[in-house]
Amino acid sequence: MTTQAFLQVIASGLLMGLIYALIAVGLSLIFGLMDVVNFAHGEFLMLAMYATFGLVFMTALDPVVLAPLVVALMFVLGVAVYAGIIRYAMRAKANPGMVQIFATFGLALLIQGLAQYFFTPDYRNIANTWLGGRTLNLGGVFLPWPQIFGGAVSLAVFGGLFWLITRTDFGKALEATREDQGAVALVGIDRNRVFALGWGLGAALVGVAGAVLAIFYYIHPQVGGTFALIAYVTVALGGFGSIFGALVAGVIVGLVEALTTLILPASLKSVGVYSLYLLVLFVRPSGLFGRL
Amino acid sequence: MTQSAAASSMTSFVSSRRRQLVVAVVVFALIALVPRLVSDVYLMNVLILTLLFAALSQSWNLLGGYCGQVSLGHALYFGIGAYATSLLYVKFGITPWGGLLAGGIIAAAIALALGYPSFRLKGHYFSIATIVIAEIGLLLFHNWDYAGAALGIQWPFTPDSWWTLQFARDKAPYFYFALGLFAVTWLVTFAIVESKWGYWWRAVKDNAEAAESLGVTIFHSKMAAAAISAFFTAVGGGFYAAFVSYIDPDSVMHFRFSLLMALPAVLGGVGSLWGPAIGALILIPLAELTRSYLGGAGSGLDLVIYGGLIMIVSLTRPEGILSIIKPPAASRGAAT
Repeated sequence: MTTQAFLQVIASGLLMGLIYALIAVGLSLIFGLMDVVNFAHGEFLMLAMYATFGLVFMTALDPVVLAPLVVALMFVLGVAVYAGIIRYAMRAKANPGMVQIFATFGLALLIQGLAQYFFTPDYRNIANTWLGGRTLNLGGVFLPWPQIFGGAVSLAVFGGLFWLITRTDFGKALEATREDQGAVALVGIDRNRVFALGWGLGAALVGVAGAVLAIFYYIHPQVGGTFALIAYVTVALGGFGSIFGALVAGVIVGLVEALTTLILPASLKSVGVYSLYLLVLFVRPSGLFGRL
Repeated sequence: MTQSAAASSMTSFVSSRRRQLVVAVVVFALIALVPRLVSDVYLMNVLILTLLFAALSQSWNLLGGYCGQVSLGHALYFGIGAYATSLLYVKFGITPWGGLLAGGIIAAAIALALGYPSFRLKGHYFSIATIVIAEIGLLLFHNWDYAGAALGIQWPFTPDSWWTLQFARDKAPYFYFALGLFAVTWLVTFAIVESKWGYWWRAVKDNAEAAESLGVTIFHSKMAAAAISAFFTAVGGGFYAAFVSYIDPDSVMHFRFSLLMALPAVLGGVGSLWGPAIGALILIPLAELTRSYLGGAGSGLDLVIYGGLIMIVSLTRPEGILSIIKPPAASRGAAT
């Protein structure tokens, strides 16, 4: 194979990897904050994609312009899910781990069912967008603009997130709460409020990913499942709770997936990622950047 | 729990065990009468699936409920059982009975091989690894031409016979097989939970760190739980293949099967003797009925009800539905 074709694979994998990282980071953030895995994360992504689709349909504006609105809606959803479900799941005295898993699984099925009911199982896509269908030619390596935009947004979001966590009061409260939930109450931090904001932020982050993905990917009620497992793998590979880990793992996952297609048939593209993930986990049971 | 068990005399322990056994035999006998009362084929199918998933969930419960290792990848063992049974029968003419046994042994061996590295993983890392492992299995079967790849395997049409486990006209034999499997898994659970393995498993679940100080026995007991659990899951998968007579990767190894095995135990009460059966009795008919009556053309309403129910029960009854009829103090599942 030519160098050019190889570079094409690397570049595509890298851009997709940045989007995987963007999808996964909200999941990792919530886990890091309160040790809860949201098994409805894929469905959050799906909702954000439908929200983008719906808003484009209603306003005829470009999805890029509408993205902030989608993100705001997802923030509200995240807070609502925390207040309505997670708060109660965390109170369970018996089998707390399983209650969290199945409460969020139940939510995932519920959201999927609602999406099927209201939007039908049809595949939809957003045609005629500002970025859609255009590609950048970098000396024979062709990169679609929606993916470039997605990669850039992902990097910007990660930058913003690092700033938020290290430089703002909210970030400090977030860090303090994940360090010691009991002690923060003593210094006057409302744990419940931080958790709710954390869920809002986590959902908003996957909202960004959904808005970006909606520009170039088909939207249907099962789309969450396609990306959810990759997101869990990314988070576990990077180490649950590690923001930096999610970024690195996302890029690794994108690259490995792209490289796998060079060797294996396309239907097996995920096998490379999954195998690498298991390999890493068996060597480092808490992921690349996970705290034990 | 241990204190009260130790405090009570040995005779009362034995008599309570005997009472549990008598109750179980009566329950099994009553269930065995059901085919005499029910002739509707659809209803029989629902009941067969209910018993099958009671058995599968009971198997899952050994590892997930008693040992606390929340596997979300049991579809792998289910699929292995279904494929082993189907391949041996369709390609080599070996009776499904042999296939069930072979599938069970292969699945147990794979569970041991996978358990070796994965039991080092804790909590969510373990659960997600089990999903990923099952997903790899699904992808491999999708691409395995000998096993029919994505097209799957169709069982030939043969006259009704216990030898080939094919019954087209009367569903009762399937019912009795599923009941038998459920009874066996129940008895295995019953026998193990008060043995030293059972105590070790609950120790692992309660406090793995403290249990770890006991050394290698904990790891071995997890391995034993995984192997037994996988064996019966695969037998259930082999039976399912005989029952539906056609399998493909998605119809036996999809993630939803992993959920369908874990959910009844969780809803009914994890780490309890009757939790999985109670959960299956509620969940499987509900899933089948909502799918038949509300799921037409993928409307999604079945998922809304199903998902909503799972959410509500897990939030309001974290100890499982069984805790409603059993005071928590007497419930072993809640105490452990």
